[in-house]
Amino acid sequence: MSNVFVICELEDGKVVDVSLELLTKGRSLANELNCKLEAVVLGKDLKDIEKQIFPFGADVVHVGDDERLDPFTTLPHNAVIVELFKKEKPQICLLGATTMGRDLGPRISSELFSGLTADCTSLEIGPHTDKKAGKEYTDLLYQIRPAFGGNIVATIINPECRPQMATVREGVMKQEICDANYKGKVKTIDVASILKPEHLVVKVIERHMEKSKVNIKNAPIIVSGGYGMGSKDGFQLLYKLAEVLGAEVGASRAAVDAGYAEHERQVGQTGVTVRPKLYIACGISGQIQHTAGMEESSMVIAINNDPNAPINNVADYVITGDVNDIIPKLIKAYKKNTK
Amino acid sequence: MGLKIIVLAKQVPDTRNVGKDAMKADGTVNRGALPAIFNPEDLNALEQALRLKDKYEGSTVSILTMGPGRAAEIIREGMYRGADGGILLTDRAFAGADTLATSYAIALAIKNMDYDLILAGRQAIDGDTAQVGPQVAEKLRIPQITYAESINSVEKKTVNVLRRLERGVETVESPLPCVVTVNGSAADCRPRNAKLLMKYKHAHTVTELQDSSEDYIDLTADRPYLKIKEVSAADVNADLNWTGLSGSPTKVKSIQNVVFQAKEARVLTADAYEIEELVKELIDNHTIG
Repeated sequence: MSNVFVICELEDGKVVDVSLELLTKGRSLANELNCKLEAVVLGKDLKDIEKQIFPFGADVVHVGDDERLDPFTTLPHNAVIVELFKKEKPQICLLGATTMGRDLGPRISSELFSGLTADCTSLEIGPHTDKKAGKEYTDLLYQIRPAFGGNIVATIINPECRPQMATVREGVMKQEICDANYKGKVKTIDVASILKPEHLVVKVIERHMEKSKVNIKNAPIIVSGGYGMGSKDGFQLLYKLAEVLGAEVGASRAAVDAGYAEHERQVGQTGVTVRPKLYIACGISGQIQHTAGMEESSMVIAINNDPNAPINNVADYVITGDVNDIIPKLIKAYKKNTK
Repeated sequence: MGLKIIVLAKQVPDTRNVGKDAMKADGTVNRGALPAIFNPEDLNALEQALRLKDKYEGSTVSILTMGPGRAAEIIREGMYRGADGGILLTDRAFAGADTLATSYAIALAIKNMDYDLILAGRQAIDGDTAQVGPQVAEKLRIPQITYAESINSVEKKTVNVLRRLERGVETVESPLPCVVTVNGSAADCRPRNAKLLMKYKHAHTVTELQDSSEDYIDLTADRPYLKIKEVSAADVNADLNWTGLSGSPTKVKSIQNVVFQAKEARVLTADAYEIEELVKELIDNHTIG
């Protein structure tokens, strides 16, 4: 029986959100394919870990509990999963598009010679006709993702190779408990019989969690604020919008000078030049110093109470009004139309 | 001790530079208007390689790229910044490769080279997959370290690397040889060096020399460092079932162009309904969500 597998990731003994989102998606794919949903959890001290997973509809949880599997390093995790997959032959395998999933996924797919699609934004089941080879396929996983810097959206399929693998970023799929009392089976992986000394050559010397650096340069979406946000507290609204959109927060020079935001967030001639897919300018008048640093954005939305603000000249959409009124409406509309 | 370092690099269309002129009237990408550049994170990887070369006397840095003939441009670009040379892996048989078929070809080319360390950018901006680095490591059966912020040292055949994760950093060590992929948040690459530019501006592949005008004087006979080696599928004994389209498990079923609207700004009021319509439109054209 060929099932849908989700590789779960842990943080401080808890299954992380992206894994729960993938279990939710995996459950609905398994229903459509009329197969089972199975989860894989690797780490140490995993007693009762399945209790976090069953409510999302997993029929089987494969648990590999071994201190050599924590902290994560690629080779032992890869070895255990490759062994498991050779035996279980999943038709689909989903991983979070995290530093772990994007490290591990390609290694597994290379060893099993199965296709992997990174950072999918949508997963569907559908048929495919290969006219050249005269072949018909049913129940393939459509792996849908933006490509070419977000300028195209491609649907990728793996007609022949299994598992069909995909990574998905956190927050893209919704998370939903399927049944709080859902009962599945726990299967223990015999890790000791799989791991060999050559899997254990990479060592984590030190690990230290910190607040990640601000990285507006590479952010695909930037929510930027100006002096018009009024205060440092006013900027909190921008962080809220950025959080729901998966965006970074930028700022104009006037806002940085007034102490509303840190200097590394500054966009413009004396700050960073950015070219995101979407730039939302809130309470920014749009002096040339600022627009020089953001006018190559693919799309600009300007929110300002001045209908004649210069920022409107580089904008694709202009919303005239009070930022404190409009931003909550944007957040509400986004939440309503996505999850 | 000298290290033999290979930097994997890719020539990519500058997708970050999709300004409004790079969009056609129908809202699709005008690929011709996009300049071909050195993949940004591969430059971060090159800088890490050059720092190791500065630190460990006798080290060499070689650029390996797969692509059409004109991809030799980025090998020259790397040489202007301090690389010692490079290899262009080029063949029609490689066309249409997904990440796995690409990794197969690159790994074959590497097997013919002498190496301690393979560096690459975390991902390329045309695909953003971050898969080729780990897959090359798997094909070579050597360890991988991804998301590197800096390579701290290489002592006693062990590389020490600082990685950046979602919520922190970690230091890991791996025995050589291994593959390290470098983040864009790592140090920027040094600029071109004027002396190196003069030295290497006539570095060419055989194909480039054949295509140049007849009165062009071939300098490579006297100056072997001006020869950029071209390698074909046959040169690396590639099995053509594993290269290009046929060696790619993933296929593109369909492509939808994301249509951007006209330049004229649309003016909305703060009305909740209008804002929701805008949000729906942005979700539908994949700008957000």
